Amino acid sequence: MSENGNGKKELVEIFVDGQPVKVLPGINAIEAAKIAGKEIPHYCYHPKLSVVGNCRMCLMEMGTPMRERETGEPILEEDGSQKIGWIPKPVIGCSTNVSPGMHIKTESDLVKDCREGVMEFLLVNHPLDCPICDQAGECSLQEYAMDYGRGYSRYEERKNVKPKRTRLGPRVTLDDERCVLCSRCIRFGQEIADQDVLGFVDRGSFSTLTCHPNKELDHNYSLNTVDICPVGALTSTDFRFKMRVWFLKESPSICTESSIGANTTVWSREGVIYRITPRRNDAVNDTWMTDSGRELFNQVVADTRLTSFQIGGNSADPTASIKEATGLLSKGRTAVVASCHQSVEEQFITRKIADHLNSSVYIARHFGKGDGLLLSEDHTPNTRGAFLNGLTDSLPTEDLSSLAEKIDSEKVDTLLVCREDLTRVGLSEAQLEKVKLVLLDTQTSATASHADVLLPALTVFEKNGTFVNLNFRLQKFSQAVPGPAGLLPDTLILSKILSTLTGESFPDSPATIWKSLSQSNSKFKGIDFSSIPIDGIQLEKSAFDHIDFPEKQSLKYSPAAITG
Amino acid sequence: MPEEKRIILKYADEPGYTRDIDCYLEHGGYEVLRKSYKLKPEDIHSEVMDSGLRGRGGAGFPTGLKWKFLDRKSGKPIYLICNADESEPGTFKDKQIIHKDPHQLIEGMMISAYSIQAKQAFIYIRGEFFDGARILEEAIEEARAKNFVGDNILGSNFSCDLVVHRGAGAYICGEETGLIESLEGKRPYPRIKPPYFPAVLGLYQSPTIVNNVETLCNVKHIVEMSGKEFAKIGTPGNTGTRIWCVSGHVQKPGYYEFPCGGLTMGEMIHDLCGGLLPGRELKAIIPGGSSAKVLKADERFSGKLKDGTEFDWSIWDIPLDFDGPAAAGSMSGSGGIIVMDNSTDIVQALSNINAFYAHESCGQCTPCREGVQWMRKVTRRMCAGDARKDDANLLLSIANQIEGRTVCAFGEAAAWPVQSFIEKFKDEFEDYPANGSVSSETGDKQLV
Amino acid sequence: MTHLENAMQLSKETLDKIDARVEKYPVKRSAALPLLHLIQEEKGYVPEEAIEWIAKRLELEPINIYEIVTFYPMLKRSPMGRKHVRVCRTLSCALRGGYQVCKTLQEQLGCKLDETSANGEFSIEFVECLASCGTAPVVMVNDEHHENMDDEKTVALCRELKKTSA
Repeated sequence: MSENGNGKKELVEIFVDGQPVKVLPGINAIEAAKIAGKEIPHYCYHPKLSVVGNCRMCLMEMGTPMRERETGEPILEEDGSQKIGWIPKPVIGCSTNVSPGMHIKTESDLVKDCREGVMEFLLVNHPLDCPICDQAGECSLQEYAMDYGRGYSRYEERKNVKPKRTRLGPRVTLDDERCVLCSRCIRFGQEIADQDVLGFVDRGSFSTLTCHPNKELDHNYSLNTVDICPVGALTSTDFRFKMRVWFLKESPSICTESSIGANTTVWSREGVIYRITPRRNDAVNDTWMTDSGRELFNQVVADTRLTSFQIGGNSADPTASIKEATGLLSKGRTAVVASCHQSVEEQFITRKIADHLNSSVYIARHFGKGDGLLLSEDHTPNTRGAFLNGLTDSLPTEDLSSLAEKIDSEKVDTLLVCREDLTRVGLSEAQLEKVKLVLLDTQTSATASHADVLLPALTVFEKNGTFVNLNFRLQKFSQAVPGPAGLLPDTLILSKILSTLTGESFPDSPATIWKSLSQSNSKFKGIDFSSIPIDGIQLEKSAFDHIDFPEKQSLKYSPAAITG
Repeated sequence: MPEEKRIILKYADEPGYTRDIDCYLEHGGYEVLRKSYKLKPEDIHSEVMDSGLRGRGGAGFPTGLKWKFLDRKSGKPIYLICNADESEPGTFKDKQIIHKDPHQLIEGMMISAYSIQAKQAFIYIRGEFFDGARILEEAIEEARAKNFVGDNILGSNFSCDLVVHRGAGAYICGEETGLIESLEGKRPYPRIKPPYFPAVLGLYQSPTIVNNVETLCNVKHIVEMSGKEFAKIGTPGNTGTRIWCVSGHVQKPGYYEFPCGGLTMGEMIHDLCGGLLPGRELKAIIPGGSSAKVLKADERFSGKLKDGTEFDWSIWDIPLDFDGPAAAGSMSGSGGIIVMDNSTDIVQALSNINAFYAHESCGQCTPCREGVQWMRKVTRRMCAGDARKDDANLLLSIANQIEGRTVCAFGEAAAWPVQSFIEKFKDEFEDYPANGSVSSETGDKQLV
Repeated sequence: MTHLENAMQLSKETLDKIDARVEKYPVKRSAALPLLHLIQEEKGYVPEEAIEWIAKRLELEPINIYEIVTFYPMLKRSPMGRKHVRVCRTLSCALRGGYQVCKTLQEQLGCKLDETSANGEFSIEFVECLASCGTAPVVMVNDEHHENMDDEKTVALCRELKKTSA
């Protein structure tokens, strides 16, 4: 492979069904055909796992330009075109890496016959479970049977019987009869999750996927096997039988479990979330995410959810509450507690509020254990957003002891608290009693019971915005479901507070906020919210090379050497 | 009557010949080893290339060429593996060598190991050869004691240890990459080629040569007499001797060693094996282990050979070498000739073969895993008395969907019997009564 | 893991053989199948505890051993008869009467195919080609091969086997 002067790899030209297309050298035929707009069906191949070539669904025809053995001169057809030496047997696309001048056929009679054959074989022992199988609607077997199958089966013998409802682990259920033995789940455990618990036992068509009896599939990435299982063999125990996938709306979002910022898809119907799956982003999380990150949507309907605006513990309407809050903030000696859970837009407005009030900004860290894969040591999604927005210029502290001091010495008597439970970051309930407290949060907490004004906030699933992950990648999340009745997005609440304080109107939606943000902050220069691509924007990070961020090596992140 | 030419089996059945090293040494054993260690490894390779030796395991791939593909520049250790997993139905030649003349194999292996500069050598022997494994291990220790195996062989600076590794009842371990996976301690799933050609990415992802028992023994004789002399035995492209195994409906089943092309099928069956059983007529012959396509008794085979000469043979005329059975549309495979006379229920015979392949399929790839078991279920149903007219076409169609589509040659091995049996005995399959099996009436022995 | 070590009691002889065997391979995992053979030699079958024991000994996961012990027919996960009889059923032996031999064995030894006799003395199973087709039909009893098993020889063999049983 050669590189041109710009350091980019030279593309090579191959021919897919006679059409020339330029692709990166060395990619396999399935990826190359995709670039040419052709689908080569496959089960066992997965772009992020090793190639095994056992399903045989990607069989295709391959040929290379013929050359004279001695001289290397091209051999030509009668009409002067390059003669192609077609390999008589079909070859699998997943293990065929393209070379210059290669020809592949994805639509010949032979390829059609191969696909019909493999489809028929896959369905020979496959149970007629579609009506009760969760995979229906997103099942490779269904899709390829429709697109490439013969349309009928000639199998009239008895089908093999295998265990049908095995609990593989706390979150995964296995139906062995549906398994097509592609081995994706086994390879995932060995190569990505580093928990080698799955394997095949027995032999031939009795081969069965299983876990050793004394072990479980219980690591924090077990649900990824459900994602990659092309059929309904591995299913999510939580999602099982809950909803047909074609009724679900897909919304792109970002996991808030840690600073990894795994890209996700939130699946919902009529305002209810049913499951979360990873969304592919080769710069952030490949095609994976943690199990614990998926469960975060439970907070949407948790009992602890704050569902009404309150003044002094009594329900109030939003306008009055915001007015009351603004009043308290403007009158008092105010400090602002921001959060690394806030989105970039929310942090931007919080900074402006603090600036206007001449308040100090406090921000706490929430560090914890990382797993070296997709759970980082920073358990918040937007610490770097806080840096970029100027909410802090050093790593957030664990305790807000300086704030506690200020309260005790009565230098601060009013607090605007965004998404933080102060009793967990070094403040006592006694100290909270001393101050006027405006709290913006989603779940109830010890702090909430001391709030003079309670402003219920929306979870990441109920609003729009952006986060900046540990690699300084700006990523967008979209609203999937509406929040509880009467609640408002954080940006709207904060914007209302700010504009009431300043007397000037201020943008209150992410799209309009970004106009202001991109102009006033050089780090976000030139960015327009609506055109932030689905896979994010890489921001300039060198300004923060001197910060000793806590994250260790993970899937897509290497800690930089500390400078300065 | 054509005479055997016993090179490999020269001493194996000689009265008084024993397996121990002393007997072997008395018969000139390990002299060739001494000779070869005075040569350069490349010289030994040249001899093997000149000899035209083709693999005796079943594929008939030129051994010198296989050694040529070895990646000698990778920096990784090189391994030599002897495939002693003899499991092809109808084949029992390697068994003779292992049990009766083990030191010949060891000598052949240590010469080959030296030529390819192997770091370590293995003999993968099928688990059912309990005695064979014990015999080989004893022989290796005898050889080690005399410095023919292990560190600094014959005082040279070439060291190579020899380890016997037992299988446990899987035919797929005879496939070279399945063998390698089994040797690595994993399920014996054959590897996809490309990229896992053993000569480049073999055992422990290092360059590896896998050769059959008989092939490795031939290396000794090649070095002894020179490649060019060896090439004079047999015919061009079919050099050296081969040990043929004959079983089934003949008077004297057994193993016989002949120069390639040194006799015809008819001479083998009628002269060497004493002909068919009394009162019987020939129905079919499988010439190269159950994977080979079956030949029908009254078939005629005609066409042009590789050198351009025309041929027109009856089944008896087929020369026993590599190219002969291949020209007749089958293959010499492992050299296992199975003879079936007219007492054979041909549908049951195929059902028996299908049961073998269904049992031995490793299950890795879709066409073999599902297709072979499907074919087995169909023929079993037919033999159980529920045959349908369309079964013949169905079986053929399934076999055609397997051939050429699988990870390894097991697909072909399972498909060819079905294709050839149906093609040549179509009437019997289509007329197989839909009610009641025929075996008790016309069949001599139960085959299923 | 002490409970495993207590559950899996192996003789010193076997343990020494295991140590020697593991040494022979550049990669420990290669010793998995040989260790299964060694344990089966001592115990007559592969006990469940052996799977985790071998996994631990070779620094593998139990599933790695579980995968192979279920693949190979020669490895047994429950005890066979003291005299385990294997009858070849592949084509060459079947053509010479292998199935009849199996029937005779079942009748004579009082043991059904794929079962162990009531007194634990015998068990019979079909196996695939034993590479002795020239002397078909072929039968194995434990690790001994018996060839040319016509009806007479089969009955004689059964007589021998029943004689030497307790």
